[in-house]
Amino acid sequence: MWFSTGRRGLTGVLGWLAALGLLAGLGLALGVAPREVSQGNVQRIMYLHVPSILTAYLAFAIVLVASLGYLVSRRQAWDHWAGSAAELGTVFTGLTLASGSLWGKPTWGTWWTWDARLTSTAVMFVTYVAYLMLRGMIDEAERRAQFAAVLGIVAALNLPLVHFSVLWWRTLHQPPTLLRPVPAALAGIFRLTLGVNWAAFTLLFAYLLAKRIRVGRLSEEGLP
Amino acid sequence: MRFARRAWILAWKDLTIEWRAKETLNSLFFFALLLIFLFQFALGPDRERLSAALPGLLWLGFILSGLLSLGRTFAGERDNDCWDGLRLAPGEKSAIYVGKLAGNLLLMLAVEAIFLLLFGVFFDLDLVAALPGLALVVGLGTLGLAAVGTLFAAMTAHVRARELLFPVLLLPVEVPVLLGTVKATEAVLLGEPLGTVAHWLKLLAVANVIYLTIGVLTFDVVLDG
Repeated sequence: MWFSTGRRGLTGVLGWLAALGLLAGLGLALGVAPREVSQGNVQRIMYLHVPSILTAYLAFAIVLVASLGYLVSRRQAWDHWAGSAAELGTVFTGLTLASGSLWGKPTWGTWWTWDARLTSTAVMFVTYVAYLMLRGMIDEAERRAQFAAVLGIVAALNLPLVHFSVLWWRTLHQPPTLLRPVPAALAGIFRLTLGVNWAAFTLLFAYLLAKRIRVGRLSEEGLP
Repeated sequence: MRFARRAWILAWKDLTIEWRAKETLNSLFFFALLLIFLFQFALGPDRERLSAALPGLLWLGFILSGLLSLGRTFAGERDNDCWDGLRLAPGEKSAIYVGKLAGNLLLMLAVEAIFLLLFGVFFDLDLVAALPGLALVVGLGTLGLAAVGTLFAAMTAHVRARELLFPVLLLPVEVPVLLGTVKATEAVLLGEPLGTVAHWLKLLAVANVIYLTIGVLTFDVVLDG
């Protein structure tokens, strides 16, 4: 775990790369990428919305792997990874929901709709909020790590079930005709802008993760 | 075989205690009655509206009473300082999980049967024709609730604010089970053949297999925590 073991130089590089990437992404999203024809400027929210959710998926995948890693090895380091990634994943999921809501109001005419994708993302959000609540309510590090690891596995393996159940729940009776944005064939510049922002978000996530793991480890060492 | 025997002894112990004290069963019977009053007050006397909302109400009742009884899974061991006895029991720890799960399942099914009876009486429903299909759906759904509920009950037994934390942990995980059971119950109550909801029944079955596997594999971690 090279970037959590106190190599602050590497973390710093990661931070600068993230900052540069975000600046480049912002410039591309607001300046270079053209106005989308049907939705207008509001479509630019996509450059925040899509990278956020992809980052959140990455974070929750890390929670699953780290939880399994903890149960196999019983090393506390895995738990720092799981807890830190879960926090960041929840933040990025919240960002996705909020930006999606802002995007939905002008394009769909509503802040929220119980569309399949929205619902399963919201369920994912509350699942990991519950995970963080469990962590918050246990003071002993070892017990917290054990319980959180079990919940981290349950939560992650449950996500496919949530996905399919919500999809069937919504789409068997009323297919989403209007309420689904179709970014099917993204033109080159849109694709580039999205790609740069995605890379920048991933770098930002890696930087924050390294910092958060460090904070977690320090606060544990500080305890008697 | 010894695994099954260990599990059965624990389930038998829990059910005997419950049978003699009738603590949970009596309270839950009364709770079910009160919920039916609440449903009636909330929706009014309109029969149409009531029958449209019926599958959801039924499962709302099941999950609320389930939360109460599941949350108390380890109350006996905790309050009487028998937790270490449970931990020191010889053999695989997952037998404890299976035993506790079996006890919970029987208790929840009993409460749900009472619930159905009360629904039939108070809302003048004829549930007899739908009973075989209903039994399958309720059985699958209750297993899904109890499988995760038993695991999480052990997890929250020693956590502060456990009464709050337990439903907060359980409900998000149970979303697929609840969606599946409500949809399948709706179809069964409308008299549709089970084939029309086969995909939901498969989803419930898959969910149960996943939950039970995780429960059996991770219970020793939770019990030692």
